[in-house]
Order: sequence, then structure tokens, then C-alpha cells
Amino acid sequence: MPNQSTGTEAVLDLPGLQALVDALAATHTVIGPQVSDGAIVLGPLARVDQLPVGMGDDQDAGSYRLRERTDRAVFGYAASAVPAKRWVFPPREPMSRTHDDGTTVSVEPVLARPQRPVALFGVRSCDLAALAVHDRALLARPVPDPWYAQRRAGLFIVVAACTTPARSCFCVSMGTGPAPGAGFDLSLTELVEGEHRFLVTSGSPAGEQLLARLPTRAADTVDRSAADAALRQAAESMTRAMPTDGLAALLLGQPEHPAWAEVAQRCLACGNCTLACPTCFCTSIVETAELGSPVSERARVWDSCFTADFSHMHGGSVRTGISARYRQWMTHKLGAWVEQFGVSGCVGCGRCITWCPVGIDITEQARALARPAGQEPRERKP
Amino acid sequence: MSESAQEASADLDALVATGLAGLVPRPFRVDRSRRETADTVTLTLAPVTGGSLEFAAGQFTMLGVPGVGEVPISISGDPTWPDALQHTVRDVGGVSHAIASARAGDVLTVRGPFGTGWGVGDGEGGDVLIVAGGIGLAPLRPALLELLAHRHRYRTVTLLYGARTPQDILFAEELAGWRGRFDLEVELSVDYAPPSWRGRVGLVTALIASVAPEQTLALVCGPEVMMRFVTTELLHRGVPAGQIRLSMERAMSCGVGLCGHCQLRELFVCLDGPVFRADRVLGLMAVEEL
Repeated sequence: MPNQSTGTEAVLDLPGLQALVDALAATHTVIGPQVSDGAIVLGPLARVDQLPVGMGDDQDAGSYRLRERTDRAVFGYAASAVPAKRWVFPPREPMSRTHDDGTTVSVEPVLARPQRPVALFGVRSCDLAALAVHDRALLARPVPDPWYAQRRAGLFIVVAACTTPARSCFCVSMGTGPAPGAGFDLSLTELVEGEHRFLVTSGSPAGEQLLARLPTRAADTVDRSAADAALRQAAESMTRAMPTDGLAALLLGQPEHPAWAEVAQRCLACGNCTLACPTCFCTSIVETAELGSPVSERARVWDSCFTADFSHMHGGSVRTGISARYRQWMTHKLGAWVEQFGVSGCVGCGRCITWCPVGIDITEQARALARPAGQEPRERKP
Repeated sequence: MSESAQEASADLDALVATGLAGLVPRPFRVDRSRRETADTVTLTLAPVTGGSLEFAAGQFTMLGVPGVGEVPISISGDPTWPDALQHTVRDVGGVSHAIASARAGDVLTVRGPFGTGWGVGDGEGGDVLIVAGGIGLAPLRPALLELLAHRHRYRTVTLLYGARTPQDILFAEELAGWRGRFDLEVELSVDYAPPSWRGRVGLVTALIASVAPEQTLALVCGPEVMMRFVTTELLHRGVPAGQIRLSMERAMSCGVGLCGHCQLRELFVCLDGPVFRADRVLGLMAVEEL
């Protein structure tokens, strides 16, 4: 049902963007993109000049480099090096504390209502799509994740439409970008030609209310067509694509395909892809106790299906080989995920490609599974 | 607060309450620890506060030791008498060692019960065949106790149990009682036996006698390889795959489908299982390291 109070368009200039950050900062902890240690990451943001002004990125299989742009764009790069998931699904989440003084034992949940909710500022459409995936995997479940539920409920999302995709990106083929889908509060499309400005669109009543308080001017046809052109150009410039046709069946039906053994010769099982992935949600519950203290704590920590321990039972691991672990990750992400949650676990952000130390390309692995066994990739006739 | 904001807040409170109920454990006191074999004990537990744990035969809990950790353990007690929570635990790792070492008065933590049950009632009016291997008898004991509590509703009830050696036989006293009943068929076999053993030696599959295939509900739990052979044998005898149920085991951390450890392709063993129809998992079990 279309919401009458959303979908308003307006134009912000750079001071207007600062006014948006200030307005958010009054009620939220604002998290936005910035340069740190040679990469664009997400962190606390107070001023728009902390954004990666005039910075771009070159991302490809196993490679990430910042580069200077010829303009002063503040959103002129692709997916940040770290995804937004840690702000709603932190790497370590205390769950409960057990007090055992030798005679009585009590267990208390650890769940503090956060004082200030988080506003994600300038995240990309792939990150937005990833949040929707997490909502299905962590909230719409028989036992929902209460910590995620609480962080997610207060979240305000300002998405920045992606106008400069990297070579690692393939969101167009996953249907998740570069224009943001539903679920944002405000969406920004940066326009650098002529006057440096941002076409802003509201996507929720909260976004609408905030937008009304900002120093905007009305959007005209020039602004709209410039934004459309920027997004169209971004979509057309995307070189990578996931061959999604029939992919789930190829994955679920070919556990013995030689491509699994082949990729295992390159995969280091380091788990970088699962850390960089905005939708990977696997965790372990760990217990910590201090000597001499009656209190022990249970916490949920990120885990990775690439570790041998991940499938460990008495008697050993189920997936001893790297081949089986890579198969688990990719089959889950693009195949089993659809069965479990009704949506693909991949949003096309390309982070697993960029951050793989040996440059394994998940889209290429998908193509390998579509080839009959024995047919080598990049085969050339003499 | 606006009406929609109030609704959203109530929804959030409900989500949080459901989540915490599944993920934060309750303390249970060990009332009794009974040694079954050299490495296996049966613990009887009662909640320190709050009500007893209603459960379906075949379900499991996340059983923990404060400061050590928790593991998924099948409930081995009587579903018709849930006041006593019983777990039969084999000492095979760090956490299970700490659990198996618990003495009367010690406090453990419990989350659950989780997962699917055997659905014993589906066998009403027909024959029920229970096939257990090793510690696999533990999750089947509740099924057998449920069958015996409503014995008149079923035709024949058969328990086939294979253990490694005579020293590894679980619930030995109870088994002796079951073998003495006229309304229950019990067959035992061991893999290895000393000369003093007068019983059968060999695989549990060899114990499968004639079955009325269409009328049989088969409940099977044991090592995966054993369950595969038993299923093959039952299918060979014409038991429909939908009437064969297997209890699967995988690594688990949360027990409620959130942590990802127990996945068997698209299945969460903790949520979709641990009890599955054989036709749901047989193909998956045939793939190495899935």
C-alpha cells in the first residue's frame, strides 16, 4: 500500500547534508563512511568533512585501493570495507550472566535497551538489502534474536545510492542495486555535475518528518533526470554479474561437482569472506568465567563455517575438508538460503571477492558449476 | 507515543520476550546421578525455580554447566511424567565430561526443549518398531515409555537395540523389565562380546525380523552409518520412507536455528529436526561431509 507520507523528494546542498547529520546526531549515534587505515570503513560521524571527500576506490578480486577522484564527491566509492552488520549484530554480544556462589545459582539475561539508537548514514543499497536479509534470518524466526530485534527497532537508515560501482560489484544481477529498494528512511543520490547537491527521498514516516526540518529546496526535473542518469550509468558500468538462472538447483544438486575440489586448492579457509559478508550470521555461544569470581558470562560471537571447529561434534568435524567448507558456504549463501528464508543470501556487494586473499570470485565459481564436469574455464582452442 | 509506535513497541517487547525465553537458560538442580556404563550417566534434574519442562519424546535441551559451556542433549525421561527432567549423557568432550561429573545437588543450566519429536502417536493402530544403536537408545527411551503408557492403542511394539559390548548396554535393569513383558518384543545384539556373553553378536540390522510394512512406524537413532543401513533394510522390506523416522545429530550452539552450526544443506537440524522422515535426509546423509 503506498504511503502518502513518504516518497517526498527535495534537494540538499553540502551544508544541508551537515544539517541532516546534526539532526540525526541529536537523537542517534551516527555511523557513516570515512577513511581509516587506507580503506573506507564505517564509524562514528559528526561532520560531513569526515566523509571520504574526493575519494574513490578500486576493488577487484583480492585487491582494494583508495584513489583520489577528480571531484569533491563524498559518496564516490562502492561498498565500504566493513559491512554495516556490526552495528545491529555486533561481533560479540553478551547474552546472560550466571551467578553461582556454591549454594544458589541464578541466571540473568543481559539486555540493556540502548540509550541511543544508531543512524546508519551513507550506507549503500547492498547494505540495505543485507539488513532485509538479516531481518528474515534473525527476526522472522520461531525464536528471534532479541538483541538484534532491539538494535534494529531503533535504527534510522540514510542510504546513499551507488553511482560509482567497483569492478567487484554485481548488485544489478542480484536485483539489489544500485538504486536502493525499500526499507530506508532517507535516500540520497549525490550529483556532482554543476552544483554539488543531493537528491533526497523519504522512505518512511520518520524520514519524512526529518526531511521536513531540513533546509532543502524543491527538486526539479533537472535534478531528477541527473539522478536517474547517474544511477543508469552506474548500472550500465557494472561489469560483474552473478549467473542467477537456475543457480540454486545447480548448487543443491551438484555436491560432487569437481569445481568444489578445484576451488579448495586455492581457498585458504581463512574466513575473510564470511567476515566481510553483510549477511553471514553464523555465531557461536562462548562461556567465560574468571578464576575466583562467582559470575560467568555467555556471549554470542561471530563464527565462520570455514573453520574446522564449526561442525565439530564428538568424534571430529563433519566438514574436515576445505572443499566441503567452501561448498557449505556457497551452497548456503546462494541455494539453501532461498529454501530457508525465501530470499538469496547474496546481495552482490562483492566484498567476498575483494577481501579474498587469493581472489576467489563467487560469480566465477557459480559459472564453474554451470559447466559440465571436466570442462576447464577459459579454455582456448589452438 | 503514537498508536503505531505503541504497536511497534509491543511487537518489539514480544519479540524480545520470545527470544530471551529461548536463549537464556534456567538453572536446574541435579536430584540424582545414576551410572549407566563406564562413560555414561543418567541425570535426573528439577527446576530451581519455575515449572517443569513439558516435552515431546525425541526433543532435546541445551544442557550446560555454569562457566564451562552447553551442549545439545536428548531428553531420555518419561514424557508422561515431565516433573523429572532426565538426560543420559556420554562423557566424550569437555562439556559432556563436566555434565557427566555432576553430582546430586549440583546446578546445571537448561534451555529448551527444542526440536521435533518422534510423533509416536502417528503409529496408533499399527506396529511400532524402535531401532537403537549405542547412546541412540537415550532419545528413544521417551518414545518407548510413551508407547507403554498407551500400550492398548498400538499393535506390536518392538525394540531392537545394538550396543558395542555387553558393558555398554544402557538402562540395563529397565531393559530386563522390558524383556519380561508379554506386550513388548525386545531384541539385543552386541558388536563384540566376551565368551561369557550368551546373547546375540552382530549388527542391529540383523535383528530386523518380518514386518508388516504398511502398518509399521519405525523410529531409528544411532550412528549415521547404522541409521543408513537400518533405513535401507526397512525400505527393502517395503516400509514406506515416510514411515521411517531418524534422529540426526549435528554441532549446535543455539538450538533455535540462529547460529548456523547444525545446518544440513537447507535443514536446521535443531529446528527442522532432530527427528526427520527418512526420505527428507537419506539423500543428504549419502553425501560426504555435507
